[in-house]
Formats: sequence, C-alpha cells, structure tokens
Amino acid sequence: MHRTGELYGQYKTLEQQKETATLGMWVFLVTEILFFGGMFLTYAINRHEYPTAFGVGGNMLDLNLGFANTVVLIASSFTMAMSVWSAQTSNKKLVPIFLIFTLILGIVFLGVKVVEYKQKFDHHLIPGHGFDITYCSKQPAAVCGISEEDHAKEITEIKEGIEADGGLVALNAHAQLYFSLYFGMTGLHALHMIVGAGLLVWLILESRKGRFDANYNTPVENIGLYWHFVDIVWIFLFPLLYLINRHLA
Amino acid sequence: MSENGHQEHVVSPKLYATILAALLFGTWLTVQAAKIDLGRWNIVLALLIATIKMSLVILFFMHGKYSSRRTQLVIVSGFFWLAIMLGLTMTDYSTRKPEPSRSANPPAIAIHRA
Amino acid sequence: MSGTTTSSGGEYQLPREHYLNASYGIRSWLLTTDHKRIALLYLAAVTFFFFVGGIFATLIRIHLLTPNGLLVTPETYNKLFTMHGVAMVFFFLIPSIPAILGNFLIPIMIGAKDLAFPKINLLSWYVYIIGGCFVLYSFGTGGLDTGWTFYTPLSSVYSNSAVTPAVIGIFINGFSSILTGLNFVVTVHTMRAPGMTWFRLPLFVWSHYATSLIMILGTPVIAITVLLAGLERIFHFGFFNPAYGGDPILFQHLFWFYSHPAVYIMILPAMGVVSEIIPTFVRKPIFGYSFVAASSIGIAVIGFLVWAHHMFVTGEATYAAIAFSFLSYLVAIPSAVKVFNWTATLYKGSISYDTPMLYALGFIGLFTIGGLTGLFLACLGLDIHLHDTYFVIAHFHYIMVGGAVMGYVGGLHFWWPKITGRLYPEFLARAAAIILFIGFNLTFFPQFILGGLGMPRRYHNYPPEFQVLNVMSTAGASILALGYLLPMLYLTWSMRYGKIAGPNPWPATGLEWKTDSPPLTENFRETPEVDWEPYDFVHRPDLGLTGSKPKLPGKLSPAHGDD
Ligand SMILES: [Cu+2]
Repeated sequence: MHRTGELYGQYKTLEQQKETATLGMWVFLVTEILFFGGMFLTYAINRHEYPTAFGVGGNMLDLNLGFANTVVLIASSFTMAMSVWSAQTSNKKLVPIFLIFTLILGIVFLGVKVVEYKQKFDHHLIPGHGFDITYCSKQPAAVCGISEEDHAKEITEIKEGIEADGGLVALNAHAQLYFSLYFGMTGLHALHMIVGAGLLVWLILESRKGRFDANYNTPVENIGLYWHFVDIVWIFLFPLLYLINRHLA
Repeated sequence: MSENGHQEHVVSPKLYATILAALLFGTWLTVQAAKIDLGRWNIVLALLIATIKMSLVILFFMHGKYSSRRTQLVIVSGFFWLAIMLGLTMTDYSTRKPEPSRSANPPAIAIHRA
Repeated sequence: MSGTTTSSGGEYQLPREHYLNASYGIRSWLLTTDHKRIALLYLAAVTFFFFVGGIFATLIRIHLLTPNGLLVTPETYNKLFTMHGVAMVFFFLIPSIPAILGNFLIPIMIGAKDLAFPKINLLSWYVYIIGGCFVLYSFGTGGLDTGWTFYTPLSSVYSNSAVTPAVIGIFINGFSSILTGLNFVVTVHTMRAPGMTWFRLPLFVWSHYATSLIMILGTPVIAITVLLAGLERIFHFGFFNPAYGGDPILFQHLFWFYSHPAVYIMILPAMGVVSEIIPTFVRKPIFGYSFVAASSIGIAVIGFLVWAHHMFVTGEATYAAIAFSFLSYLVAIPSAVKVFNWTATLYKGSISYDTPMLYALGFIGLFTIGGLTGLFLACLGLDIHLHDTYFVIAHFHYIMVGGAVMGYVGGLHFWWPKITGRLYPEFLARAAAIILFIGFNLTFFPQFILGGLGMPRRYHNYPPEFQVLNVMSTAGASILALGYLLPMLYLTWSMRYGKIAGPNPWPATGLEWKTDSPPLTENFRETPEVDWEPYDFVHRPDLGLTGSKPKLPGKLSPAHGDD
C-alpha cells in the first residue's frame, strides 16, 4: 500500500488532514501540561512548607550527572528539530540520520537516569521503611562512593538540617516527601522518554523508506512536538530538583 | 516549501543551532546562579531562566512562532489553566495560619514564624 | 435527497443501506471506526455500569428503611455508597451523553463524515472498558470503602479495601475521557461542512465543545492525582501523607480541581440536549442563541475557579474560602442565562408535550432546584451547617439525576428515531417520563429536609425521628427504578417492532434530520452545505417548513409511535 500521506476518508483535503493532526497534537500536549502540572503543584506546596528538607535532599543528587543529562536532552531536541528540517526540505536521507542521533541521546539520558536511581537505592534514599537521609553521613565516604570533601559537606548539612527542621525524625520524614517527588517526577518523565523512544524507533523505520518529504512530514513534526515537550519538562525539573540549595554547600 | 499550499515555515539550521547554543548557555547559567546565595530570589531566577529556555523551545524548535493563531491560543490556554491551578491553590497556602500539627515534629520557632 | 422511500400510504420504510446493516458480525462492531457504532458500543457499556451503580443504590435505600439499618454491616454500607458513587460518576454520568449522543451526533450535526480521529475514538472505548474492568475487579475482590472521593490518607494508607485496582481503573478511564474531549474539540474546529459557521452550530455542539474543554483541561489533573495517591499506597511514597508532614488538603485541592468541573461534564451536555429539544417542540427559534452558546463556555471557564468550595470545613484558609465562595456564586450567572432563555423560548410558542419535551421541562425545574440549593452550599456560613449532610446529597442528585440523567434519557428519546430508525410507543414513554419525575422528587426532596435537620451523609444508621422521611425516600426510589426500567424495555422493544420513523419525525431543523434514519455509514450522500440559521422553523423549504403560521398543519406535527 502506498502510504505517503494518503487522504483518509473523513477528510476532504490533505491540508485539512494535516491541520487536524497538528491541532490534535497540540491539544494533547495541553493535557500533558496539566498532567505534569498536578505534580509540580504538589512539589511547590511541599517545598514551600519544608525548604530545609528539600534543600538537604536536593544536594544529595549528583549535580554533574544532572547537568550532563540536561545537555544531552537539549542536544536531542536540536537533532529532532533538524530531522524535521530535513523532512521539510526533502533531504530524505538525512531524516533517519538525525532521528537516530535523537534516539541515541534519549537512550543515553535514560541510562544516566538508571545510574542515578541505582545510586539513590544504595544510599537508602527510596521512600518507605528503609529510608534514611543520614545513611551516607554515618558511613565512611567510600561506602557511598563520594569524595571526602563532599562527605564532610553532607555531614554538616544534615546536622544543620536537623537543627533547622526540628529534629531528625522531622527531617527524615520531610526528606521522604522530597524523594517521593524526585522519583515521581523523574519517573513520570522517564516514562514519557521511553514512549518517545518507541515512537522514534517507528519513525526511523518509516523514514528509511523515504516516506517523509516536503509534502508529507506530519508524523515527524508531531512526534517532534512530543519530544520537545518532554524536553521542556526536564528544563524545569533540573533546577527544581537539583539546584535548590547549591549555594549552601 | 510544501506543494499543497499549506504555509509551512522552514526554520534554518543556523537558527536551530543558535537556539541550541542559547539553551546550553541557559543551562550553564542556571547552575552558576544556583551557587550564589540570593535568598528567596534563587528560585525566582531559576524559574525565570527555565521559562526563557522553555519559550525558546516552543517558539523555534516547536515552531510556535510560526503557528496559526489558533494553535498559539491552544498553547497559551494550556499555561493559563496551569496558572489557575497553581495560583488559586496558592491563595489557600499563602493565607493559612501556621498549623503546628502539620509537621511531624514541630519546631518551636515555626509557630512564631508568622 | 434522502434514500428513505415513502410508500403510497404515506408510511415510511427503512432506507436500504444504513450504518447498522453496512456489515455484520461481532468483528464489524469491535473493530469499527464508525462514530455511530462506537456510540452504540458506549451505550451498551454505559448502561451496564448504570445497572451496577443502580443495584448499589437500591441496596443503600433498602438498608436505610429502618433507623438501625436493615441489610448490611456498617463496613459493607461504606462499600455500598462508595461503589455506587464510583460506578455512577466515573462510568455512567461522565461518559453518558458525550460518549453516546455526542459521539453519534456531533459529526452529523456539523455535516462531517466522522470525527477527526476515528481510530482514537475506538481506542477511547477500549480504554473505558479496560478501566472499567479494573474497577469491577476492585468491586468483586473486597470492594471499595473510601468514598468516591478517595480522600487521603484513608485511601492511600489506612483503607483495607481494594483501593489499588480501583485507582488504576480511574486513572486509565481518565484517558478515555481525555481522548473523547480531544476528538470533539479538533472535530468542531476542522471538520465543519461548508456554511456551518460557529454561530450556526447547534447548541448541542456548543455545549459539547465546552464539555470537551473541561475534559481536556481537567481530566489530566484527576489522573495525576489518583496516580499520586496510588504511588503512596503501593510504594509508600509520600505526597499528602501527614506521617511525612504532607498535607491531605492538597489532595483535596487537586481532586476538586477536576471533580468540580466534572459536574459540568455531566450537566453541560444535558443542557445541550435541552437546548435542542425545546425549540423543536415549541416550534420557535431558541431565545438568545448567542447567549446560550456563550454561557456554555462561561460555565466551563468559571467552573474551574470554584473548586475549593468543597473544602470549607477543612483547614483551608478563611481568606481563600471567602474568595472561592464568591467565585462559586458567579457560576449561577451563566446557568441562569440558560434557564431564563429556555423559559423565554417557551413564551408564546406552540408547545407540544411529547416525551422528549416532558424530559426537557422536567430538567428545567429540577436543575433550577439543584442549582439554587447549590448557592446555599456555596454560602460560607451556611455550609458549616449543611456540609456532609443529606442536603448535599439531595443537591447534587438534583443536578446529576434530575439534570444530567433527565437530559440523557430525554435525549435518548429525542434521537432514538435517528439512531434506530424507529419510533418508541409514545403513551408508554410519556407515562415513564411522568413516573420518573414523581419518583425522583419523592426520593430526593425528603433528603433536603433530612439534611436541614442535620442527618449526616455516609452513615449506616440514623435517629428514629428521621425514619418517615427515609421511608418516603426509599418508596420514591422504587418508583424511580420503575421509571428507568420502562424505557429500557420499550426502547429495546421498539428497535425491532417500533413504527418506522422517517428522516425527520418531529420535525426538527438540525442537519442530523436531513439524512436518513438510521443514517448511512458516511452520514450523508454528499457533503451538505448550510445556508440557514439555526432553529429556523419558518424559512426551511428543504424540510417543508415555510410560512409564518406558528401552528403547523397535520402532516408536520410530531410523529408518534404506537400510542
Ligand atoms: Cu463543586
């Protein structure tokens, strides 16, 4: 079957078909804004209430990995935009190449995320019964795999945090709110990345058939919109989760 | 350009690269800004930088600048409703009396805070 | 222009081809992308959940016949009202009119062949079914006792009932609603026939457009909210859990950000139905078309600004409560615009009291009572007394059952000839409408009095002095049940044995009445062009409506089934 932008039955023109698909995608992204919005609201209220615990929790994330991941994701947005450009200018061979770059960067991002999650798991920072915000500060630095300098910082920070937050029990409880939000928000974001990666795989396979050109590129454009949206979510998650209290350290 | 008469704006790779550079600069900037103690302005600055980065992505990567009025309205209304949700909920939290029972182990100072 | 043939006696026959006989077999239904068939799939599923919710309601009313409770333990009673609420709100009221009548009619009303995204339309039905299965699984394995509101930390920490599958089901079901709303909005924007301008759209379409905005903007928030509660329950995360210092009231903010506007997801489509029925049986254009259209959008927008009126007796800040109380009053304005305009449409019209009209008139009265008692509850001081009493129960049942369900059943009657090509028995239908109206009022009016006297909701027992009113309510519920069973029986009967309706039995002026009954799979033989204004009963020679006579001659009066 020839599938280069054939006209589906319910539409009158190809133009109407494209317009409809694009509008549908944007409306879908609006629902995504509000979907993530509920989490951002939960974050805002809890952080407003417990700035100290959120600061302590935020400083336990690996800033270098977070920063690197932000760069990776922004770069993937650029390659995604370039694949749309390639399609629009009928550079049929470039389309899959840029898409593959995008996919690789997306996978790198997810890989780094796995490393970070593993680290949090080892440091007893998964909310629930085993959660212990002081775990690393009680161990020798080597156990948690952090430098002596960072370790010393963490010890002071936790000590100050306990004081400011009204005791160890309080700090430990409130830090669980922070890590619940950390895992909830980044987890939901990662889930969107996985869906996006799946869409990219399909898109790469299709684009290798030379389906997308100046006349027909709606799938590239719409999956691109989705990918950029997921990037935007991360643009907010990075400062909100990683950079709360970096000046303290 | 497309043949079907649909006005589709093609953004040049040069502009895309400029946006990329701006986004990377913004990322660097937000990390540097976080390392300076600005008190409550840290969060304001971080959100400001993030909002600018987001605007760049929407306007250029997502072609928001070249979209139809209708699409632009859809985008704006999404953020408008988000603002309603955040803003009206904040009216509650910002005007509440401090509640000692809220925290698991309330510090004595917090009760006198407001 | 229509394929319906008229035999010599003036009797109609069914068109030779239509969407129901276009193909046969179970696959042709389960894999269909025809919006009309998907509407019927929804009709079946939604009716099933109406039964489920109805059974719980029956058990509740039987239990409350005596002060100490007749039937079940207190724990089971908690489950009964919870499962009644969950089944009715999420699986009956919200999808009922949009997913059935809206799905069937919107493309036809705007002159399109289908919705913008037919496959997504089918997907939304499957999503609904999957969500429904999770919820039924929860009902069947221990039930659910949190109240339909799922307040934390009861739902996320303490409840011993099957909350997890229910939460997953509600989460999944949310996407069905989102996809339907998305489809409608895009369809109305891009699929209108030539000449179908925004201000020629039927008011049914306007109200569904407003409903879809709420589905798009609100439903994602309930999805994330129940997801967060689910994460608290499953993984012991903390978002709202006071044990971690979280704020349970934040859950309520998020929950009501959707669930207050969700009331308008239920009532706005019913308002659209009423706006179609009234001009048809008054034979006059609707009074103030643009105001009725704009008030739908007004209700949708203002409806998003009032949610915290559900939380006046929690730890919510007093200043915020004052603001939300004021904003809640504002919703009365667009709602009143509608009621006044419907009433003004009746003025000097030539009214015929056909079944759909009886439902529409019932709607106006019951919605007015429900709406006005809503103002009592929006009043900050009064709400302290009335909160969580039967007054609230009576209020929202007047809106949801008296309003939304009346609109739904009325709409089902009004478009039944279009959907099936056949008329229902008019006398039985009128009788059912009147039985429903009486049964409804007898069930719920006593609850206003009970609430005013202070009887709290969600209790399995009550002081003996409340028994008379409770018995009245239960008696009313039995009449109400009869009022629902009758239409189910005769509508089913009429699918096979009803009189053939013809393309436009009432007659009405919308585009849907210009095609066959039942319509073709493509809805129209050729794309229609619209060159008339909405609800014009005088300048429509294409429908045989001409001249300025308010009363129409015999042939054009409403067709009736087997009286
Ligand atoms: Cu409300």
